[in-house]
Amino acid sequence: MASGSLNSNLSGNYRRRKTVDKVMTVIAYLCAAIAIVALTLVIIYVVARGINVWRPAFFTENTALFGDGGGIYNAMYGTAMLVLLSMAIGVPVGIMAGIYLAEFGDNRLGDFIRFVADTMAGIPSIVVGLFVYGALVLIMGWNAFAGACALAILMLPVISRTTEGIVRMVPGELREASLALGLPQWKTMLRIVLPTAAAGIITGVFLSVARAAGETAPLIFTILGSNFFNTNPFEGAMAAVSLYVYQASSSPYEAVQEAAWGAALVLMLFVLVLNFIARAIALRQKV
Amino acid sequence: MERNKTRADNQPSGSHEDPRLESQPGNRDGQQKPAGAQGQTSGASGAQAQSMEVQGLNCFYGGFKAVTDVDMTIRPNKITALIGPSGCGKSTFLRALNRMHEVTRGGRIEGKVLLDGEDIYAPNVDPVQVRRKIGMVFQKPNPFPTMTIYDNVVAGLKLAGSHKKSELDDIVEDKLRQAALWDEVKDKLSAGGTDLSGGQQQRLCIARTLAVEPEVILLDEPASALDPMSSMKIEDAMQDLKKRYTLIIVTHNMQQASRSSDYTGFFYIEAMGEPGQLWEFGETEQIFSNPERQQTEDYVTGKMG
Repeated sequence: MASGSLNSNLSGNYRRRKTVDKVMTVIAYLCAAIAIVALTLVIIYVVARGINVWRPAFFTENTALFGDGGGIYNAMYGTAMLVLLSMAIGVPVGIMAGIYLAEFGDNRLGDFIRFVADTMAGIPSIVVGLFVYGALVLIMGWNAFAGACALAILMLPVISRTTEGIVRMVPGELREASLALGLPQWKTMLRIVLPTAAAGIITGVFLSVARAAGETAPLIFTILGSNFFNTNPFEGAMAAVSLYVYQASSSPYEAVQEAAWGAALVLMLFVLVLNFIARAIALRQKV
Repeated sequence: MERNKTRADNQPSGSHEDPRLESQPGNRDGQQKPAGAQGQTSGASGAQAQSMEVQGLNCFYGGFKAVTDVDMTIRPNKITALIGPSGCGKSTFLRALNRMHEVTRGGRIEGKVLLDGEDIYAPNVDPVQVRRKIGMVFQKPNPFPTMTIYDNVVAGLKLAGSHKKSELDDIVEDKLRQAALWDEVKDKLSAGGTDLSGGQQQRLCIARTLAVEPEVILLDEPASALDPMSSMKIEDAMQDLKKRYTLIIVTHNMQQASRSSDYTGFFYIEAMGEPGQLWEFGETEQIFSNPERQQTEDYVTGKMG
């Protein structure tokens, strides 16, 4: 009697559930495939168009927005300068803000800072560029430092919120163990909690730097772009790879448009490498 | 954080420092050993067991009173076991003995806790110094995951100041031997602390606590997460340790308490939401064979809890 009722009563429902299950699985696979195919196509396309432009001179000559398009030597220097400067500004502030939020931020001030950080993360980057234009560029003129400030503002919320999350994940037992050994709180933070959270924090930093390196809009208002090699970050317009891609691709010269693809390939590889490093560090984390 | 209520390290301390909390060769109350034995050990650089005296201790979490009005004398070079049903305030009480209770959000106390006659909650006492004198081993083994076995043992020393390498080498061997772990790890001191088994990790944590030369060691259910063999090893180690330290252990294991402790305190809550109290305290043999109160008897014989 028992087995009979099992078969007759449930079979209809069960069959229907099995079918829905199969359909849903196929849809999920399809969606995943679309995402992967889109990403792969972008990579293939950029590589295919960009690799033709790559030749030794492309990496040693300065940019030119006419003629054969020149190289991207000064733009790579500019991007490196921007990345380093924005890290110097954004990373310490972001990490310390994150530590504050994790350790002391369970109050109204903490909630307010979190709200500001989350809102900042949603501000369009061109608005940040405009802000820095008004705050710095109108006084100092075009310069890389202003660009780095804009990028740092974009990095801040990501770094501080990632740091907060990772520091919160460090088990309370480790803090207690350290305090119970008679170590003061600041040493517990600096020597126990931060090293334990280091891999996660570095991952967050790499991801935010990767994002900042590809930003273009805020640079239009701050470093302007240049076809000359400028080493002074505090004075004068500077080139950057992302900005060059934007400017060269709208050039009327076909050779310059091609050079934009080469620069795009450089930028894409740089960001991919940063992402790979970030993931490798994240996988190594113990806690 | 609430911490500032009990902590007062920002007060001027120059005129009113407590030399006795720094070093105290003698031992005024609760002294069980002959004075000569005390004098001998004080010459060596090693730790020296001290008595503790708890007077009218109340522990709070914010507005909630978790432990009420505990008086207890803890004798040096003895093992004092704290038993009782879950939620009766044993662990809270233990954490109040080295000012770890105030690390918890909203944690504060009323009353006095004396270490060799000196109130560890006096306004000019630095909780960091208290915790160097009164070490703690936790329920869950918690070696530092970023450090090697070697570095874990000397973490409390290295991070507090610089030490000579040869000095640290000696300390590592000495403390790992005291924690009965040396033979198992002597060939892999540079392996990660978290690569060890649970029982080994816990003994590593004991060695780490010993390395800062405390006088009293608090153990919060140190063997409850371990298998019987590992648990036994920790019990054996404790018998050795009481020659040099005063030990206070919270345990849920009746056999462990009756086997290894000299004194036993039974904590009990009369009803849910009430604070825990020290229901009965005495020599272990008496508590387990001839307790004065009914609830104690019910608990130690397994009729309750």
